Amino acid sequence: MENRAIAQKKDAATAPAPAPGPAAKGKPRLLLMGQRRSGKSSISSVVFHKMPPNETLFLESTARVQKDSMHSFMDFQVWDFPGQLDFLDPTFDLDAIFGEIGALIWVIDAQDEYLEAVNRLNSTILNLQPNYPNVNVEVFIHKVDGLSDDYKLDIQRDIMQRIQDELSDNGIENAPINFHLTSIYNHSIFEAFSKVIQKLIPHLPTLEAMLNNLCRANGFEKAYLFDVLSKIYIATDSSPVDMPSYEICSDYIDVIVDISEIYGWARPQSYIEYLEGPPWNHKLEDQVACKDAESCIVLSDGRRPIMLREVNKYLALVMVGKEGSYSQMAMITENVGTIVGGLLKAFEITKARK
Amino acid sequence: MPLFLIPRDDIQVIDDSSSSDEPEIPTMEQQMNNLSVQDEPVASPVSEPRKQKKKKVLLMGKSGSGKSSMRSIIFSNYVAKDTRRLGATIDVDLSHVKFLGNLTLNLWDCGGQDAFMENYLSQQRQHVFSNVGVLIYVFDIESRDFDRDLLTYRSIITALSQFSPGASVYILIHKMDLVVPNQREDIYNDRVALIQSKSDSFNATPFATSIWDQSLYKAWAEIIHDLVPNLDQIEKDLGNLGKIIMAEEILLFERSSFLVVSSWASDIGKLNPTTDRFERLSNIIKNFKQTTSRYTGTPKSAEQFNLLELKLQTFSLFIQKFTTNTYLAVVLPPGETTFNCAQLNCALARSQFEDLDSPPKRSADRGATASGEASAV
Repeated sequence: MENRAIAQKKDAATAPAPAPGPAAKGKPRLLLMGQRRSGKSSISSVVFHKMPPNETLFLESTARVQKDSMHSFMDFQVWDFPGQLDFLDPTFDLDAIFGEIGALIWVIDAQDEYLEAVNRLNSTILNLQPNYPNVNVEVFIHKVDGLSDDYKLDIQRDIMQRIQDELSDNGIENAPINFHLTSIYNHSIFEAFSKVIQKLIPHLPTLEAMLNNLCRANGFEKAYLFDVLSKIYIATDSSPVDMPSYEICSDYIDVIVDISEIYGWARPQSYIEYLEGPPWNHKLEDQVACKDAESCIVLSDGRRPIMLREVNKYLALVMVGKEGSYSQMAMITENVGTIVGGLLKAFEITKARK
Repeated sequence: MPLFLIPRDDIQVIDDSSSSDEPEIPTMEQQMNNLSVQDEPVASPVSEPRKQKKKKVLLMGKSGSGKSSMRSIIFSNYVAKDTRRLGATIDVDLSHVKFLGNLTLNLWDCGGQDAFMENYLSQQRQHVFSNVGVLIYVFDIESRDFDRDLLTYRSIITALSQFSPGASVYILIHKMDLVVPNQREDIYNDRVALIQSKSDSFNATPFATSIWDQSLYKAWAEIIHDLVPNLDQIEKDLGNLGKIIMAEEILLFERSSFLVVSSWASDIGKLNPTTDRFERLSNIIKNFKQTTSRYTGTPKSAEQFNLLELKLQTFSLFIQKFTTNTYLAVVLPPGETTFNCAQLNCALARSQFEDLDSPPKRSADRGATASGEASAV
């Protein structure tokens, strides 16, 4: 786990470096587009660079395409487009932009006049449809914090209506377009990104099936497979996702990473030798039950345990147990261990294919 | 925030029997008290020793310097951002904060507007400045007129030396986050030197604080640390416990504020390069408590978790509910056996530490037995 903390630090330091050029081929790409000042750079800073939301106020406007390469359980790129750029201009090589695209994320500022944004989105989709019919278009109706629930839904309905009308007028039905209500001031942006990223994972059904099994066998209320760095969940069991449980699981990861940073310093060699000496006479590796990080917190309310298990450098499994199941911890730990083995195998198989 | 101008001399009554009065008291003070009310059904009704225990803690400083904000964060589970809601404090805001069961902090949050200040120094002089245990004076680093602040501070110190010459004085240079990082130290040292030169015979302990990071916890943990009466005993007991379970470090947290009350570290634990770890832990856990309270729907002041375990390759750690008003955090070398033994031993030692939460008269011969009992396992 402290490796991870270090990895996270390193990554934060190196992440804003310019993306590698042609070498980065073969990685799915997320394109962030939308009107200027709609919040594209803020989103990518908050989600991928751990910037506190209130500091995004000071972000300069993006002048050129900002390419970030994310190294995680799966390598992908995030391209942040300047709002004023008209990439439908013939001088742009559309194939270079949309060739390996994983998803097109279109950000619309919900607190602003959005008609023009909707029009541009429509023309973009119309231009893309003939050549790239399979591009997932994810519309983030952004900055919805501070709007009332009714108003949010009204806006969403209005935007959906306008886009679908325009598309069906042009003879396009069932285009893959999804809508998300987001804000960087709460977890909704992470949730939306989770759904976007999940579409890029080829073996998602396998992962989900495993998590379903895990939940059924141990009576968990919810299980999430998290990308530790970005707090995006890349898979979850089939029970509906509720924000509170997502929040507590993602915050719990923070707690564990922070604590391991405080106490995960390198102990002197003499101390380790003393620990490995009598009366134990075992290597430290053999004294611990599990070589990855394991953690558990028992909430006072209903004595509900929340468990965390490190899967590999990038991933962690976080589970919400049912009331009073702390007493069966030994069995649960064993089951979780098995599932983690399975998850690792699933990832191994997809890697080999590349 | 509601105001409390009700004189609260009847505070002892509430602990003992008439908790039915409780709902009538407006939110904030209730929040602080209701923690301890249910904890202590049989607290000694004898008011004599209790009266002695009540130390007056004066929280003073210029208007808008952040006194009420820090108080709310430390004692009422506010997050930094929530303090925007707080209005100006009018006159004196009295609250009785229960701390470790038998220690009641009689916290006087004094509104800092000039008119009030004059009032404290003239009509209410004796009322305010007599029987003071601790004076916490907050300076706003951004203040435009520092000389004037010093002048006020000077008159406060004079009044204090007149009525409570034995009080300890803490100065908090607050809102440090507003200063450019590379200038912080210089400005801070500058201010502290000036303030200390004006502190008369008092030995003022300075802290640089900000509500936006853990520095606030550091300052308050040390202030509280000086107020706990039987601290030597607690520290000795923790040390004994630590040696028996081979811990690297043991921390004792107060339950609602999650301040570190007492700590012990082994020779190895002392080598930890993170020197601000106590306040960082307080900060981490307090923030997480906000999340859990949202998740469970229980009030922020209620107890949120019973046990936290963490096992890594390099260390293991657990934080468990210890006595009624405390949590115990234990850092151990890695290893399943060590971990489980330590957990059992701590659970056994729990009863020996219970006197933290009861009146002090029984504490005389308690601590020594803690080690004996625990080693039996």
